[in-house]
Amino acid sequence: MNKTVNQKAWLFVLPVLILVAFNAIVPLMTVVNYSVQETFGNNVFFWSGLIWFEDVLTSERFHASLGRQLFFTFSILAIEIPLGIVIALAMPRKGIWVSVCLVLMAMPLLIPWNVVGSMWNIFALPDIGLLGKTLNTLGFDYNYTRQPSDAWFTLILMDVWHWTSLVVLLAYAGLVSIPDAYYQAAKIDGASSWAVFRYIQLPKMKRVLTIAILLRFMDSFNIYTEPSVLTGGGPGNSTTLLSIDLVKIALGQFDLGPAAAMSLVYFLIILLASWVFYTLMTRDEEN
Amino acid sequence: MRRYTWLIPAIYIVFLMLPIYWLVSMSFKTTNEILGSFTLWPREFTLENYVTIFTDPTWYNGYINSIIYVSINTVLSVAVALPAAYAFSRYRFIGDKHLFFWLLTNRMAPAAVFALPFFQLYSAIGIFDTHLAVALAHTLFNIPLAVWILEGFMSGVPKQLDETAYIDGYSFPKFFVKIFIPTISSGIGVAAFFCFMFSWVELLLAKTLTAVAAKPIAATMTKTASSSGYELGLLAAAGTLTIIPGAIVIYFVRNYIAKGFALGRV
Repeated sequence: MNKTVNQKAWLFVLPVLILVAFNAIVPLMTVVNYSVQETFGNNVFFWSGLIWFEDVLTSERFHASLGRQLFFTFSILAIEIPLGIVIALAMPRKGIWVSVCLVLMAMPLLIPWNVVGSMWNIFALPDIGLLGKTLNTLGFDYNYTRQPSDAWFTLILMDVWHWTSLVVLLAYAGLVSIPDAYYQAAKIDGASSWAVFRYIQLPKMKRVLTIAILLRFMDSFNIYTEPSVLTGGGPGNSTTLLSIDLVKIALGQFDLGPAAAMSLVYFLIILLASWVFYTLMTRDEEN
Repeated sequence: MRRYTWLIPAIYIVFLMLPIYWLVSMSFKTTNEILGSFTLWPREFTLENYVTIFTDPTWYNGYINSIIYVSINTVLSVAVALPAAYAFSRYRFIGDKHLFFWLLTNRMAPAAVFALPFFQLYSAIGIFDTHLAVALAHTLFNIPLAVWILEGFMSGVPKQLDETAYIDGYSFPKFFVKIFIPTISSGIGVAAFFCFMFSWVELLLAKTLTAVAAKPIAATMTKTASSSGYELGLLAAAGTLTIIPGAIVIYFVRNYIAKGFALGRV
C-alpha cells in the first residue's frame, strides 16, 4: 500500500508512546543507573564506572548461564520448528476436525506459566507422576530432581509441550492461505509431494515461520517461571538459565550493580539477535 | 500413506492432553491417595479441594484479582493501540520505522530485567499492590503486540474505504468509530485475545508488584506450594481452575485463531 506522508500521524501514536515510554524508559534508566554505581547500603551510591560490566563479561558464572541458555534455546528451536511444520502439514484442512484440532492445540498456550511448571512437576514425579512412574517401570532410572540429564530432558519436553502449538498454528495459517490452483498446477506437472513441499508450501510459509522463530527465540531467552517452578534451576546449577540466575542475583542477593549490568548485557544480546532477524525479514518483504 | 496422516495430529493431541489429564485427575484425589499409591484415576473421588478454594477468600480472591487486572490491561492496550496501528498502516512520518522497531523491542524485554525497577517506580508513585500496577506493567509487552497485530489487519483494508467515507462527508472520528472499527472487528478480537493470553499467563511481574490487595491466583499458588507442605491435590485443583478461562476464550475465537496467529498478513 502506498502511504501518504503525514507528520500529524504522530498524534495518533502519542498515547502509545507516552505509556510505553513511561513503562520502558524510566525502569531502563534505573537499571542503567545501578549498573554504573556502587553502594554500601543506606541509599548512598558512588560512581563505579564500568567495573560491573567487566565483572559480568569475565565471570564464569555468567558464561555458564549463557551457555546453558544457548543450549536450551537452540535445542527447543531445533525440535519445535520441524515438529510444528510436520504437524501442520498433517492437519485436516476442512470440516469440523479443524476446529477441534485448533482448540485442543491452543490449550497449552493459555495455561499460566507457573501452572505449566506445577503440572509438569506433578506429571514427572518419579514415584507418583504418570511420566516418572512410567519411565521407571520401563526400566529407566529417572529422577529429574537428582540427575541433571533427567532435569534437562524434562525441561525440554515441557517446553516442546508448551510451545510447539504456536509453531503449528502459525505454519497452519501459512498453509491454508495457499490457493488450490497451486496444488492443481503441481498435480498437472506431476510434482512429487516433496517437490510440492519444497517449492510451494515452504516458500509460502516463510513469513510465518520467521515470526515463529523470532517469537520462540525471544520467549525462550526470557523464560523464567516454568523452569523455576519445575526444577528451581537445579539439581545444583545444572538448569539455571539466564533469567533464573538474574533473579537470584537481583531479588535474592540484592546485588544491584552486578544484576543491573547483567540485565543490560542480557537485553542487548536479545536485541541484537532480534534486530538481525527483523532486518532480514523486512528486507525480504521489500524485494 | 495419506490414509494415516491423521495419526500425527492425533498423537500430538494425546501428548498435549496427558499432563492436563494428570492434573485434573489429581485434583479429585485425596492427599492420602496421591501420596500413598499410584492410581491412574481417582479411586476415592472427592470435591474437597474445590470446596476449599471456593470457600477460602485468599483463594477465590486470587482469581478475581487476576481477572480484574487482565481485563484492565486488555482494554487499555487495545484502546491505545488502535490509533497508533492506524497511523502505522496509513501514513509515513519521520521516524516511523524506528518507532515501530523500538516498540517491538519492548516485547523482547525479559521480565526479570524489569521486575525490580518496576517495583521501585510503582512504589514511588503510590500504586504498588493495586490492579492498575499489574495492568500497566503488562502493557509494556501487550501494547507492542496489539499494535503489531492491528497494523497487520488494517493494512489488509484498502485505502479506498477511507477516501470514500471522506467524500461521503464523514469526519475522521465518525469514520473511525462507525466504519473502520466494525471493518476490522475480527482483528480487534484477535488482538484482545493475545493481550488476554499474555497477561493471564504472566507471573513474575504480577507477583513482584502485588502484596495482599491485588495478589494474583498464580502467586497464591506458588506460596501454597512452598509454605504449607505439599498439598498437591489443592494445587492441582487451583491449576485446573486457571485453565478454564483460557479454554472459554479459545472457544470464542476458534475461527480467528489461525488467521490471528499469522498476524493477519499471510
